[in-house]
Amino acid sequence: MTTYDVLREFADSWGLILMGVAFLTFTGWTFLRSVSAGHERAAMSIFEQEDEVDG
Amino acid sequence: MDGIVMRAVAWLVVAFAAVGMSACAIDQGFAIQMGIVALAAFIAAFYAMRRVGNPAIAADGSLPAPRDRYDDEVIRWGVIATVFWAIVGLLVGVVIASQLAFPLLNLHSEYTTFGRLRPLHTSAVIFAFGGNALIATSYYVVQRTCRARLAFPWLARFVFWGYQLFIVLAASGYVLGITEGREYAEPEWYVDIWLTIVWVSYLAVYVGTIVRRSEPHIYVANWFYLGFIITVAMLHLVNNVTMPVSFFGSKSYSAFAGVQDALTQWWYGHNAVGFFLTAGFLGMMYYFVPKQAERPIYSYRLSIIHFWSLIFLYIWAGPHHLHYTALPDWAQTLGEVFSVMLWMPSWGGMINGLMTLNGAWDKIRTDPIIRMMVFALAFYGMATFEGPMMSIKEVNSLSHYTDWTIGHVHSAALGWNGMITFGALYYMTPRLWGRTRLYSLRMVNWHFWCATLGIVLYASSMWVAGIMQGLMWREYGSDGYLVYSFAEVVQAMHPYYLIRTTGGLLYLTGALIMAWNIWMTIAGKLRDEAPMSSPAFDPARDHPLQHVPAE
Repeated sequence: MTTYDVLREFADSWGLILMGVAFLTFTGWTFLRSVSAGHERAAMSIFEQEDEVDG
Repeated sequence: MDGIVMRAVAWLVVAFAAVGMSACAIDQGFAIQMGIVALAAFIAAFYAMRRVGNPAIAADGSLPAPRDRYDDEVIRWGVIATVFWAIVGLLVGVVIASQLAFPLLNLHSEYTTFGRLRPLHTSAVIFAFGGNALIATSYYVVQRTCRARLAFPWLARFVFWGYQLFIVLAASGYVLGITEGREYAEPEWYVDIWLTIVWVSYLAVYVGTIVRRSEPHIYVANWFYLGFIITVAMLHLVNNVTMPVSFFGSKSYSAFAGVQDALTQWWYGHNAVGFFLTAGFLGMMYYFVPKQAERPIYSYRLSIIHFWSLIFLYIWAGPHHLHYTALPDWAQTLGEVFSVMLWMPSWGGMINGLMTLNGAWDKIRTDPIIRMMVFALAFYGMATFEGPMMSIKEVNSLSHYTDWTIGHVHSAALGWNGMITFGALYYMTPRLWGRTRLYSLRMVNWHFWCATLGIVLYASSMWVAGIMQGLMWREYGSDGYLVYSFAEVVQAMHPYYLIRTTGGLLYLTGALIMAWNIWMTIAGKLRDEAPMSSPAFDPARDHPLQHVPAE
């Protein structure tokens, strides 16, 4: 098998699965019920201590 | 003291080395470019030495700044540089648009031909204007969201001045005819090496500041900025693997050949759009839009999904620039499919930005800065719909090589990148110079309408011109021959070229108004003007309902 074939076979088997799982993990965790309070806090964090921050 | 002298001597050594390189140069362009490097190094040595004897300066040569304030000096330089390069880049754009309409304006000189000025325009607007805006805003945002001062202050300053040197070397190189001929990566090997040094320093400053943060969460704008910095580093390194003909000459050859080289170039080229002009500017969007609207981002979850989807999808979209070429068919299809998939996160991001105004839509009427940002988001959505559509092979067979592409990139660059940057500049300027407000809000309004009208003229004329061009090129007569010669198509484009130049002039006019406004704000002036909106009040009608007896 040539390098091309090796890489191509990896890309459309394990590589694809790894990418897909990584993507679903990175985006999927945001749907956990436990993280939504943290998201709310993060979204508001840019408004904390505005007087000092915006100087 | 010793540290300062050592630094000055180091710059002096660089300067003398550059003089030596210039003397040994095998071509004139390289000699001139090394002269510029030497000049820059002499200036750096001079300013390093001037610090000796200044008691306010620390032993390591770092600049004095009160520790209780954010390190904004380099951001102030960045704002001025952004405005300056905006004017230069847009002006050159108007010049080359005029050259297309009136070829006489090439002025019969090799230095002023369209071919040399065109990369000057693209690099000036993308890398000089856009790059300075990204460096300045990223320094602003990372400090505020991390509640920490910039890490390595001297390195942050080196990044700024090093980047300006990169711009000057690139721009002067194009005029001298030095080019690798790679789209959006025209600078030659030695400029590429310099940019690599600057960019790694930028990454160090950025990551260093994040590491030193006193806020537990890394706000999502920083994710986008970091994605932009890291990916651009990777793209730049791979796309510029070249072998110089001589270490004393400006010419180099790519390590790749044929279709591999083409794919490398467009893998770079499209991701330069995706990570420089999209991810980086989305970092701006996710900070300045909520701040100006005074309400948090519509959905923080959506912003994270937006981020990862862009990162995972964009990197595969490049092959759509090589439809119907020697590139394998499966690679073309891959590029097309990923481009179409990109539509979803792009619109998710646009909706996230727009819906941030939910419940405060009246700000679009009363606040011209918010209006600019909303306009930018609308054009982000428009361009990220048009792009996937143009990547579909059947559409691409009509649009490719025509001015439709030019219209597409300009509605994205002028509408999205330009307007979000102007909004961020208007947001930052009064805060960076400690002014109560901008010099004039009404001038922001004028800027907005000049720019909007300019974009409308530019985009619509290029759509008409591009589709007409594509249709004329492909038209066969009953005898089986092409109906139009190339020159006939060029002739038919003339009126649209004039409309396009007018649009560009209007956009430049808006930018000049901004330059004046920001200049006066920095000078500390406040324009005496009527407010943008005032509550309507008619005392004659302000009374309780009168009881009228029935007759």
